[in-house]
Amino acid sequence: MSTNDWQDVWIYAEQRDGSLSSVSHELLGAGRKLADDLGQKLVAVLLGHQMRAAADELVAFGADKVFYLDSPAFGKFADEPYAQALTDLAREHKPSIILGGATAIGRSFIPRVAANLRTGMTADCTALEIHSEKKVLLGTRPAYGGNIMATIICEEKRPQMATVRHKVMKALERDTGRQGEVVERSLPESELTLRAKVVDVVKEIEETCNIAEADIIVTGGRGVGSKEKFQLVRDLAAAIGGAVGASRAVVDAGWVPYSHQVGQTGKTVCPKMYFALGVSGAIQHLAGMQSSDVIIAVNSNPDAEIFKVATYGIVGDISEVVPELIKQFRNGG
Amino acid sequence: MNIIVLIKQVVATTNVKLNPETGTMIRDGVESILNPFDEYAIEEALRIKDKLGGKVTVVTMGPAQAKEVIRKAIGMGVDEGILVTDRALAGSDTWATAYTLSQVLKKIGDYQLIITGKQAVDGDTAQVGPEMAACLDLPMIAWVRKIEEITESTIRAQRLMDDGYDVLESPLPALISVVKEINVPRLESLKGKMRAKKHEPATWGVADLPDFDLIQVGLKGSPTRVMKTFTPQRQYNSEIIGGEPPQAAASLYQKIKAMNIVNK
Ligand SMILES: Cc1cc2nc3c(=O)[nH]c(=O)nc-3n(C[C@H](O)[C@H](O)[C@H](O)COP(=O)(O)OP(=O)(O)OC[C@H]3O[C@@H](n4cnc5c(N)ncnc54)[C@H](O)[C@@H]3O)c2cc1C
Ligand SMILES: Nc1ncnc2c1ncn2[C@@H]1O[C@H](COP(=O)(O)O)[C@@H](O)[C@H]1O
Repeated sequence: MSTNDWQDVWIYAEQRDGSLSSVSHELLGAGRKLADDLGQKLVAVLLGHQMRAAADELVAFGADKVFYLDSPAFGKFADEPYAQALTDLAREHKPSIILGGATAIGRSFIPRVAANLRTGMTADCTALEIHSEKKVLLGTRPAYGGNIMATIICEEKRPQMATVRHKVMKALERDTGRQGEVVERSLPESELTLRAKVVDVVKEIEETCNIAEADIIVTGGRGVGSKEKFQLVRDLAAAIGGAVGASRAVVDAGWVPYSHQVGQTGKTVCPKMYFALGVSGAIQHLAGMQSSDVIIAVNSNPDAEIFKVATYGIVGDISEVVPELIKQFRNGG
Repeated sequence: MNIIVLIKQVVATTNVKLNPETGTMIRDGVESILNPFDEYAIEEALRIKDKLGGKVTVVTMGPAQAKEVIRKAIGMGVDEGILVTDRALAGSDTWATAYTLSQVLKKIGDYQLIITGKQAVDGDTAQVGPEMAACLDLPMIAWVRKIEEITESTIRAQRLMDDGYDVLESPLPALISVVKEINVPRLESLKGKMRAKKHEPATWGVADLPDFDLIQVGLKGSPTRVMKTFTPQRQYNSEIIGGEPPQAAASLYQKIKAMNIVNK
């Protein structure tokens, strides 16, 4: 079969607890551009339970067509039924490209779909484009903890698959005037394999928001001083409306849970603004945050590596500078 | 309980540099290490064995020198190692690697649990585990941060999500990938190091794998190809804001306000 038999750009529209994740909107923004470059349709695939209204939202954010598959088995994320449904749908309709979010969910089950389809897959892309002559997808991604960028291509196998990092692609404006077709199907649970089952869901983020999705992150490092003093980091985050991040050193010291760790062995984040308070800027930490739009560093050591990537820096003691910053934000200057 | 741990030898990340002229990686003097995430996988396997008995086997696919990571695993207390090495495998992408390793697992046959690291810190893909689960048609629990309970036939584990964690139950055999939070890996013991010195891992090439489809592997069989690599160019125009803390904080506040990112 020729690669030309595979048409259209699909995005996997991620949901958690029945609401669409922000990465779904970003994928539609990225996918719209690719589909227009190819002159093909943009299709969203939504797997969920009782969330028909979300399918219309996907149209409002740019999809020409939505496959909404409803099953009780899609209520909570499980690799097998999700992978099976997306695999079967792709075999039936033969998309040229399938994109998903590089999230805990997307990175768990989308490679399984790629293997089912015996095709190639590029993880965690930060840029996507269509090769002007070959009309194939070019996925650019960081490797080696962000020290190297690699552009990956999948020329002969279809679909071409990739996961895309949070916060990198821009969503389109919501427009309820957009027209699109919603194809709804319900799948009985008995048709789906479900061996590894979710029996409990625990929301653990100690502070209000998920660092992978946050626009502003305030991170504290060992230089903050102690578990008690880490409250300063939380207070600044609260004053600014940001999420709390942590270096590995403070996670290892038990000041903050691991879900807040930024870096090579934690999360990779790309917020609009990143505060690094008492963080030295070790390469493994930089790997997780250096593509943030604006970086602000406070550190008592003027030679700290973190200043090299900072947009603005203050050389000073956390316990003197941060309370002043909190005051500024609380009082509005 | 027979547990298979998949381990990979990687270059130590901090040292990776590209030759600006050729765009290839400078390997001279670059140290190789056991993928840090795979240490957690080994540790978890050893802990399960302590509880349930059985055997822990590590498998690595790579060049002959990848034997070093098997030795490290033996030093930590692993029973056996298998090195999968063959020129035909050079240049394999995640699909080709997952296909090869799943054929290795089919040959091993008698296992109840496969443990991988979350990702290898060279490619950072985290794809080999889920792709293998597909090839072997196994249930999978990714990003495991804690095993709550394990028996000869079932596992209950916590899966780290972006906003907390999920608890999953699965029958065995199954495949899990582990994150750093799961444990603190032990060091190699003196006794282990002695054993490691003498240990000769089994070495398998593609000819040793039944029904092996050579078309799926190596540079040719890999669906994806690296078209180019480059060093990210970022311009950092750092500005240090001086003054006593109250003044510095006030001028930083003004600059931040002007960017319209914070709406407070
Ligand atoms: C395989 C591997 C993976 C790793 N993965 C990660 C990862 O994912 N994330 C991560 O963060 N790290 C990671 N690390 C660890 C990393 O190398 C560093 O050890 C860690 O980031 C250091 O954390 P830190 O900056 O908080 O602490 P430190 O390096 O101790 O830095 C503290 C900083 O605070 C400053 N300071 C001290 N007192 C004050 C004060 N009163 N006021 C202001 N500033 C002050 C100091 O000048 C210093 O710069 C990894 C390491 C390895 C080997
Ligand atoms: N060549 C390999 N040999 C053995 N295990 C591997 C190999 N490549 C990847 N793995 C396993 O798969 C996990 C994820 O790797 P990756 O998909 O390359 O990020 C690693 O932590 C290892 O457990």
